[in-house]
Amino acid sequence: MGMEGIGARVARKEDKRFITGAGRYTDDMSVPGMKYAAFVRSPHAHAKITSIDSSAAEGMPGVIGVLTGKQLKADGIGNLICGWMIHSKDGTPMKMGAWEPMATSTVRYVGDAVAIVVAETRGQARDAAEAVNVEYEELPAVITAVDALKPGAPQIHPEAEGNLIYDWEIGDESAADKAIAEAAHVTEIEILNNRLSPNPMEPRATLGVYDKAEDHYTCWTTSQNPHVARLVMSAFYNVAPENKLRVIAPDVGGGFGAKIYIYPEEIICLWASKRTGVPVKWTADRTEAFMTDAHGRDHVSKVKMAFDKDNRITGLKVETLANLGAYMSLFSSSVPTYLYATLLSGQYDIAAIHCNVKTAYSNTVPVDAYRGAGRPEATYLLERTVETAARELGVDPAELRRINFIREFPHQTPVIMNYDTGDFEATLNAAMEAIDYKGFEARKAESAKNGKLRGIGMSCYIEACGIAPSAAVGSLGAGVGLWESAEVRVNAVGTIEVLTGSHSHGQGHETTFAQLVNERLGVPLDSVSIVHGDTDKVQMGMGTYGSRSGAVGMSAIVKALDKVENKAKKIAAHLLEADEGDIVIENGELKVAGTDKSVPWFQMALAAYTAHNLPEGMEPGLKETAFYDPTNFTFPGGCYIAEVEVDPETGKTEVLRFVAADDFGNIINPMIVEGQVHGGLTQGIGQALLEGVVYDESGQLLTASYQDYCMPRADDVPSYEVSHHITPCPGNPLGIKGCGEAGAIGSPPAIINAITNAIGNNNVTMPATPQKVWSAINAG
Amino acid sequence: MYNTTYHRASSADDAAKLAGSASEAKFVAGGQTLIPAMKTRLAAPENLIDLRHAGMSGISLDGDMLTIGATTTHAEVAGSDTVRKACPGLASLASHIGDPHVRHMGTIGGSISNNDPAADYPSAMLALGATIVTNQREIAADDFFTGLFETALEDGELVTAIKVPACAASGYAKFPNPASRYAMTGVFVARGSNGVRVAVTGAGSDGVFRWTEAEQALSSSFSADAVSGLKADASGLMSDIHASADYRANLVAVMTARAVRAIA
Repeated sequence: MGMEGIGARVARKEDKRFITGAGRYTDDMSVPGMKYAAFVRSPHAHAKITSIDSSAAEGMPGVIGVLTGKQLKADGIGNLICGWMIHSKDGTPMKMGAWEPMATSTVRYVGDAVAIVVAETRGQARDAAEAVNVEYEELPAVITAVDALKPGAPQIHPEAEGNLIYDWEIGDESAADKAIAEAAHVTEIEILNNRLSPNPMEPRATLGVYDKAEDHYTCWTTSQNPHVARLVMSAFYNVAPENKLRVIAPDVGGGFGAKIYIYPEEIICLWASKRTGVPVKWTADRTEAFMTDAHGRDHVSKVKMAFDKDNRITGLKVETLANLGAYMSLFSSSVPTYLYATLLSGQYDIAAIHCNVKTAYSNTVPVDAYRGAGRPEATYLLERTVETAARELGVDPAELRRINFIREFPHQTPVIMNYDTGDFEATLNAAMEAIDYKGFEARKAESAKNGKLRGIGMSCYIEACGIAPSAAVGSLGAGVGLWESAEVRVNAVGTIEVLTGSHSHGQGHETTFAQLVNERLGVPLDSVSIVHGDTDKVQMGMGTYGSRSGAVGMSAIVKALDKVENKAKKIAAHLLEADEGDIVIENGELKVAGTDKSVPWFQMALAAYTAHNLPEGMEPGLKETAFYDPTNFTFPGGCYIAEVEVDPETGKTEVLRFVAADDFGNIINPMIVEGQVHGGLTQGIGQALLEGVVYDESGQLLTASYQDYCMPRADDVPSYEVSHHITPCPGNPLGIKGCGEAGAIGSPPAIINAITNAIGNNNVTMPATPQKVWSAINAG
Repeated sequence: MYNTTYHRASSADDAAKLAGSASEAKFVAGGQTLIPAMKTRLAAPENLIDLRHAGMSGISLDGDMLTIGATTTHAEVAGSDTVRKACPGLASLASHIGDPHVRHMGTIGGSISNNDPAADYPSAMLALGATIVTNQREIAADDFFTGLFETALEDGELVTAIKVPACAASGYAKFPNPASRYAMTGVFVARGSNGVRVAVTGAGSDGVFRWTEAEQALSSSFSADAVSGLKADASGLMSDIHASADYRANLVAVMTARAVRAIA
């Protein structure tokens, strides 16, 4: 390992601009003649639009135009779509209702866009938006999946009878039933996974610019995947052909999944720019973000887990209701199916698994992937069930997990996934040792002296990252391939640009990817630039989500580097009159192995571009492109243990310690990986203790600001104790598994298991607020 | 934010005069409630009269009477040796309002004039038997807080200072709302020349109130144990998405005991 190569704790190159406030975000962008947009949004959860009168608004100061969905439709702009086809168990395709970018006849959640106002200033646009008079005829609303699927519930889309989008299953139901019937013990539990708002620090924003002379559009947007945005806006929404639409996602201040999707605002601002003849910028305020960013989670599940007399898990049966909100967001259908139920084997050898998932429309904002996307739901369900079973069986929770661990790899689960490698015992042992598991009882007694209830809880998680083999996901319904691309451009003086289809919105790619180049070619980090986020600069790529940029994005860079290295060696061999096979790259030079003959990297690069003396028939230049399609998912796993203290008088939980023992495969920059784990754990603790979206019965969003939606703060979390236990991933060239979501996936059950252990009552739901914990304590 | 016209008052009289001549006027001091409300378009005063330069800041002790100017910030109250000695519970309360930004902008006069049912200061005013001084008169705290966001202040009347009898045996315990960190229940206990007074904020359906049962119990025996058996009546308490009335009733008792312990 060099000072800047793979494994080095290099400080992030991008942090200087972020920390000094010099980042360039979408809202920082300004173009000549730019004006501002405000949206008129539905105040009702479910209503018919009877009329829209914009005459007063149009006459207000600074107003350039007020546009509605009817005009948008007349101009041929299409509806939003969900890009992953799921079939119900009876073979019928999912029932997708129409999602108009601006509602023309029916609004289906509070915040549904109805009209856009473009004005000289942000304030004028907002003033005029308030003056647009929309008449509604209110309809009954339904908020939860459970209620939406009840007979007689308000019908939300004509396409989906009874609000049922699909009724899907995976696994062998009769085998699972048989295991349960023959079990020595069956643990039954109902699991609620609370609805969350992603809350990236930067709210969504977009700037749409139409160039009349060129008939060309530019869209600056807060996206995790600008190429996918261009593809979808072009192919499905008819905004413009791809060659006439440039999408730029500059610095993006956090995504967490919520910025994967195409939202109505990008489409509308591009279209409005053409209609009004001015560039149109829109930036969400925080309440707009709470109202309109895709939410996450929101599952209700019934679980049965069967054990034989030796406490081995023999079967698992799960029924899940998932709330997808008012419309099907871009990847919403895949989250409670292939990203969820395929992980229900966890770290355990379970012969029979069956899961049935029903998804429902409701009068709430759409629900889609949020950090972890399906895998946190599977992990929370499994790890709370196993913990509950251990208590029922009178077995130490660690022991129950240990005797059920998968120990041989590859391991084919009954729910599609084929785990390539792992060492679950190693991470369990490491976490138990780090927390001093044996010393817990003494610590509990010490807490009791102070009137506090101390609890310990663990979670052994596995997840699937590196999304994903294109043919495999295609066969499961994905509308896109999930490969990644890279181009490595060596300049004439030897400096390097890497153009990646991945997108960094906090992950530190500008550092990590440069470390890979340094490791391979010996070029200093300062001479390597990572280019991303602009469809005019970078070849087609699939973006960043699902912890895929290391395992997939960097694998593409490796492939491109292989080609660059190959050509560089050919040039060097020619210059040094040596055999190509004898050339090695060391310390910024290409050397003939075992001799003192060498040519500096920059000189070789210059030779490639002067082309005065290249091997016979070789093309000038040094620039290579590669596309990498993964062969399998990757499977990060690990063990988390939390120790908490509950104040029985108030029910308040304090997380005293949190130990994380993770297996992410090989690691490029341990400091960045630890940062990802810290952030993930904090989001997971937020879900477990603090965060929860609340709609009232009429569909009004009650948690529409930080006065009511509780984000974790620094004093809510302990100083984390993180360690790595590596089994390299055999499926990609760098042996990487991925680390971006693990913390958020693995931590919620550890926290809840610790609380229920502390208070001796298993009936606690997330977020485990002081009131809920106090009520559980006093319920006995 | 809607457009507004800013006025800087040079004195309390000037402020009152400005308020009398301007339409839809609001006083602003630290602006920790009003400005966020304006930014989210929930408040839209046409005229904003800034009190921060009206000479109403400062802390003084005259005999046993502590006087705090209306525009004195929470940080100034929390950091004042005079307040810490004369009324330690009040200094402690001020040190736990919001976060450092809020404490360096927000003012005591602004807090009690707004009378947010979850604000901290009203409980101290009530428990300490404070007198609210306005540009027109003096009002006993018992008569000042009249309901949710409601006070005895008339139109154009503004708080200029607070007078608080020194009270060495004063303490405050707060259970913050996890999201907003306002008081979900805060209890101020004072034992002084007015006897034992217990005032509760954050919990009451009508705003801050005195818990007379606890006052009686603590009058006969001033100890946490004296209130440990008491249960507040949940019927007059708030329920919201964060806490039910029953849970708040529990917090009232627990925080009362903790406030008493803070004094001991």
